[in-house]
Amino acid sequence: MPTFVYMTRCDGCGHCVDICPSDIMHIDTTYRRAYNIEPNMCWECYSCVKACPQNAIDARGYADFAPLGHSVRALREEAKGTISWKIKFRDGREKNFVSPIRTTPWGSIKSPAEYAAPNSEAFKAQELAHEPEALKIERLPALTPGKLKQGLI
Amino acid sequence: MGLFNRRKTVFVDSDILVIGGGMSGCGATYESRYWGRDLKIVCVEKANIERSGAVAQGLYAINCYMGMQWNENQPEDHVRYARNDLMGLVREDLGYDIARHVDSTVHKFEEWGLPMMRDPKTGRYQREGKWQIMIHGESYKPIVAEAARKAATEVYNRIMVTHLLMDKTKANRVAGAVGFNVRNGNFYVFRAKAVIVCAGGASHIFKPRAVGEGMGRTWYAPWSSASAYALPILAGAKMTQMENRIVLTRFKDGYGPVGAYFLHLKTYTQNAYGEDYEPKWYESLKAIVGDYVDRHPVPTCLRNHALLEEVKAGRGPIRMVTKEAFQDPHKETVGWENFLGMTIGQAVVWASQNIDPKHVNPELTTSEPYVMGSHATCSGAWASGPSDYAPAEYQWGYNRMMTVAGLFGAGDTIGGTAHKFSSGSFTEGRIAGKAAVNYVNDLGREQPQVSETEYEDLRKLVFQPLETYEVGRNEIVAGTVSPSYILPIHGLQRLEKIMDEYVGGISAHYTTNEPLLTRGLELLGMLKEDLAFLGAEDLHQLQRAWELHHRVLASEAVTHHTMFRTETRWPGYYYRADHAKLDDANWHCFTLSRYDLQSGKWEMEKAPVYHIID
Repeated sequence: MPTFVYMTRCDGCGHCVDICPSDIMHIDTTYRRAYNIEPNMCWECYSCVKACPQNAIDARGYADFAPLGHSVRALREEAKGTISWKIKFRDGREKNFVSPIRTTPWGSIKSPAEYAAPNSEAFKAQELAHEPEALKIERLPALTPGKLKQGLI
Repeated sequence: MGLFNRRKTVFVDSDILVIGGGMSGCGATYESRYWGRDLKIVCVEKANIERSGAVAQGLYAINCYMGMQWNENQPEDHVRYARNDLMGLVREDLGYDIARHVDSTVHKFEEWGLPMMRDPKTGRYQREGKWQIMIHGESYKPIVAEAARKAATEVYNRIMVTHLLMDKTKANRVAGAVGFNVRNGNFYVFRAKAVIVCAGGASHIFKPRAVGEGMGRTWYAPWSSASAYALPILAGAKMTQMENRIVLTRFKDGYGPVGAYFLHLKTYTQNAYGEDYEPKWYESLKAIVGDYVDRHPVPTCLRNHALLEEVKAGRGPIRMVTKEAFQDPHKETVGWENFLGMTIGQAVVWASQNIDPKHVNPELTTSEPYVMGSHATCSGAWASGPSDYAPAEYQWGYNRMMTVAGLFGAGDTIGGTAHKFSSGSFTEGRIAGKAAVNYVNDLGREQPQVSETEYEDLRKLVFQPLETYEVGRNEIVAGTVSPSYILPIHGLQRLEKIMDEYVGGISAHYTTNEPLLTRGLELLGMLKEDLAFLGAEDLHQLQRAWELHHRVLASEAVTHHTMFRTETRWPGYYYRADHAKLDDANWHCFTLSRYDLQSGKWEMEKAPVYHIID
């Protein structure tokens, strides 16, 4: 469902322009508000819908297979750590869902440089960062040379 | 023309340049920093890494997790599974390598804040299937992007990388990349000691089923524009298994995923008359693939085959039987949240057509083909394997280094490693990142240098479509029809039509043969010539122009590989009607190609397959 922008809600802040993976949310030069410049390259990923502080962006199902009268609305609340969905069918039925989006505070991930630096032997070993501890097993599994052989199996 | 005058050339120096900030690019950036504390690590992305790549929308499952801590699976088991699903042909050394590391990646994701579902009885991660675990992954990509941003020296968003740069002091060695900023039109020259290509696979090379407004609702993201392949191909890197395109059985029109439905909700398929159709096609499949038909689980392509044949026999539509499972409110919630978490468009299709799977069994269809390297398929670059056990023929340098010195890859870029999905792609990025740090450290003072002539020539080439349009536009009154240029969408639609009709797309029932492929190559050749006359109205269209360049080159590779492999290895993905059977005597091997930029010729060869025996 390509996205579209409500004229009365959009304030032209450009969050959608900044986030769109397909680069199709642009600011209209006359109205100074955002719009979808290329609906047929919209994946309906809702990145712009979720990013819009004014809830000004909605989606209307692709005209070539989606009859009118439906809506799928999303409210992503980072502070609460949830996303809420309201699905409205063409015939008026509704369904609501809420899911968690994150269990830790935003910005709390440590840079890999904050961990103790690896020693020189570790560079030529096979273990990656945080291994073997992060594997939660004793040691990194390995094959022995020659274990791989040609032929049909 | 004001934009032209203000365009600058910006030079960015780095030790390691990561191209593409999707799952594998974030993994490569993170790991490069862990090992390369003092290195300059730059990640460049054509969108915004907060929501870029195939996971931009989110995911509801992590499809590659061993569970070694609970002794659920071992890496060898995953290798056997991927090998079986790909009809015998995967790089088992690379696949094992991902599988042995992937659990540590997933554990870090959880630590970073990704909400994992847990089995209330065992306390373990909630399994969807043998390899899949269920997550609330709406913010999967923002979480992973946060880790990458913390790790990178700099992240450059909104820069479309068009070409790699080669070292002028040493042949066959990479020295950086060029691209342009899609916002301000500045030209970027990235000079780097090592480059890790983590770009996306290829959607929109075959004509999609929806060609109107809905053409963007492809299964794989429309922004996956084959840069994963075009960048290495142009640099002369060897590619493998490019013929191994994938066709997906999905819910109709929205291409909503079926994994959770089959595996967790235990729904099943039937034809229009309520019959189980898969057993009917057992003998026809056996005639093509022999004993492979008896393998378990049934390979993805073979399941497609039964659906395709049943539809051709006039007993469609095929439906997913959901009515029983959806009476359970928990399962109904899982079914809907599955879409909302990763394919919202399917929820929209169902809402618009009043399809409530509690009361209606929804239709399934098969998608157009895609070329990528991380799902149930393994197209990509030919890469060196891990040093501790890979066979000699698979080892010529650093892990995940391509056949070009200093050029690494991960995710969709690396061939032969099916079923890595999001977690495996991030893990492969980590493997490549560590290897690239070792490469840079070992380089010493012998460092690559870019050639000014090369990047200046590329600068002219990259911006040419803007000038072509600017000049040609004055020749006509208005509109999109010009005798002097074609627009990117024109070229894209021609590409999709050629690939569809000649290389085994939907309208050809995924079938091709040598005469069709030969004609397809002729037409692709003319399209390639016409790309010199692409017109771009603005920087957005310039991005589309270069995405098209990448798609066309990848498509040419696909066509040559499909021509070379004279057998039908993956019925259900595609059929060589003139070589209608699987042929292990001649084709139990990888196909390799190398493109020569000067002559425009493709060289094809075979490479051996090594198995973990048993």
